[in-house]
Amino acid sequence: MSECMISCSGVTKVYVMGKEEVHALRGVSIDIEQGEYVSIMGPSGSGKSTLFNMVGGLDTPTTGEVQVAGCRLADLNSSQLAWFRCRKIGFIFQSFNLIPTMSALENVAIPRVFAGETPRAAREAARRVLDRVGLGHRLDHLPSQVSGGQQQRIAIARALVNEPLIVLADEPTGNLDLHTGEEIIDLLNEMKANLGVTIITATHDMKMLSCSDKIVRIEDGSVKRVDTQADVNVKVGTIDGETVL
Amino acid sequence: MMPKQDVIPEQTAVSWPIVMSVSMAGMRRRFSRAMITMVGVVLAIAFLCYMLLNETFVQSMIAEGSDDLNILLQNANVDILSGGGTDQMTVLLIGLTLLTSLVGIINAMLMAVTERVREIGTLKCLGATDQFVVRTYFVESAVQGVCGSALGMVLGLVVSMVVNLKTYGWFALKTFPAGGVVVALLVSLGAGAVLSVVAAIIPAYMAARKQPVEALRVEE
Repeated sequence: MSECMISCSGVTKVYVMGKEEVHALRGVSIDIEQGEYVSIMGPSGSGKSTLFNMVGGLDTPTTGEVQVAGCRLADLNSSQLAWFRCRKIGFIFQSFNLIPTMSALENVAIPRVFAGETPRAAREAARRVLDRVGLGHRLDHLPSQVSGGQQQRIAIARALVNEPLIVLADEPTGNLDLHTGEEIIDLLNEMKANLGVTIITATHDMKMLSCSDKIVRIEDGSVKRVDTQADVNVKVGTIDGETVL
Repeated sequence: MMPKQDVIPEQTAVSWPIVMSVSMAGMRRRFSRAMITMVGVVLAIAFLCYMLLNETFVQSMIAEGSDDLNILLQNANVDILSGGGTDQMTVLLIGLTLLTSLVGIINAMLMAVTERVREIGTLKCLGATDQFVVRTYFVESAVQGVCGSALGMVLGLVVSMVVNLKTYGWFALKTFPAGGVVVALLVSLGAGAVLSVVAAIIPAYMAARKQPVEALRVEE
C-alpha cells in the first residue's frame, strides 16, 4: 500500500444540492504507482473531475480514503494543503490558466516563491525550466503575446518548476489543435521519462491513450475498467479491423 | 520506494515586500483599471482637503483682525463671530462624500475579486495561502488609496489656493497658515489611506475564501 504514489480506497463523494443527493463517486478504489502515466477517461458528469480534484487535494471524499505520497489528504488543514500542492503536485489546466499580468518567467517563478525561495533564485530556476520546454527566448512575453501551444508549455514549466511527484493535467490538449496537442503530449512524455514524475491526465483525447501506462475508465461514479498499455493496443487493432470491413 | 512524509508542515508565508512587488506588477499591467478606481479617491480627498484648507485659511484671516479683510470675509459670507468654523451641513456633506468614495472602492475591489476568481484559484493550486491572497488585495487597495489621496491632496491645495487668492487677494498669502495647511494635507492623506484599507477588508476576505478548484472550472 505504501508502495503506491496514490491510493484511493472505497472513495465516495456525495454532493447535497437542495434536497437531492448527487453521487459523484460511488466507491472508487485505484492505485497508481510512481512514474506511471495514467489517463482517466469518462464522459462529463462521470465523476472524473471529482476524482481528479481529490488527488490534487482540492476536494475531500465523503467516505473512503485518498492517500497521496503516503499522506492522508483529509487530515491536512488549508495551509498544509497549500504546502503539499506547492511542492508535491504540478497542475496543468485545459485553458492554461497563466496569470495574465505576469510574464512567462514570472508565471513559472511564482510556485518557487510560494515555496519560500527568494525572487532572484526563483527566476533563475524558472529560466532553466523554460529553457527545457523550449521557451528560453520568450521569457519576458506576457501569456497574451504567445501562441496557445506556447502558453501550455509555459504552464508545463510552471507545473514542473518545484520538482513535483505528481503532475495533474486536466484535458491538457483540449484547447489546442491536433498538431500542437501532439507536441504537448510528447513534451509530457519526455518529462515523465526524464524526471520520473507520475502523470495523471483527465482526457477525451485518443492520442493520449497510446502513451498511457494505464487507462482508467469511469462511468457514473465508479471505475468501469482499468486497461494497461498492452490491452489498449490490442483493442485499437480490433477497431481498425472493424472500420476496414 | 518513495520518501514517506509523515508530517506535512504549514505553508511558508510570503513576505510583505514580495507581496508588494507581485501586487505592483499586477497594477502596472492593469493600469487603466487602477486609475479608474483611483479617480473616486482623488475626488473625495480633493474635496475633503479643499474644505479643510479653506477652514484654516479663513480662521487665520479672521485672527488677523484687519478691517479691509473683515469686509472681504463678510462679502464671502463667512460667519466671523463663529470663528470661521465649518458648519454642520458641510461636515455632513464631507462625511457623505467620503462614504460614497468608500463604497466606490469596495465596489471596484469586489469586481477585481470576481474578475480574478480563476486567477486566485490557480495561485492557490500553485501553493498560495489564504494569507497571501488577503495581503495582495490589501496592498492593491492601499497603494491605490495612497496614490489617489496624494493626487487629491494636490488638487485640493491648488483649487483652494486659486479660490482664496481670487477672493482675498494678497491677504491669503500674508496670513498663509503654514502649520494649518500641513495638518490639513496630512489629515487628507491619512483619511484616504484609512479609507482604502477599510474598503479592502470585505473584498480581501471574499478573495481568500475562493477555492482552488475554481481554477479548473471551464467557462464559456
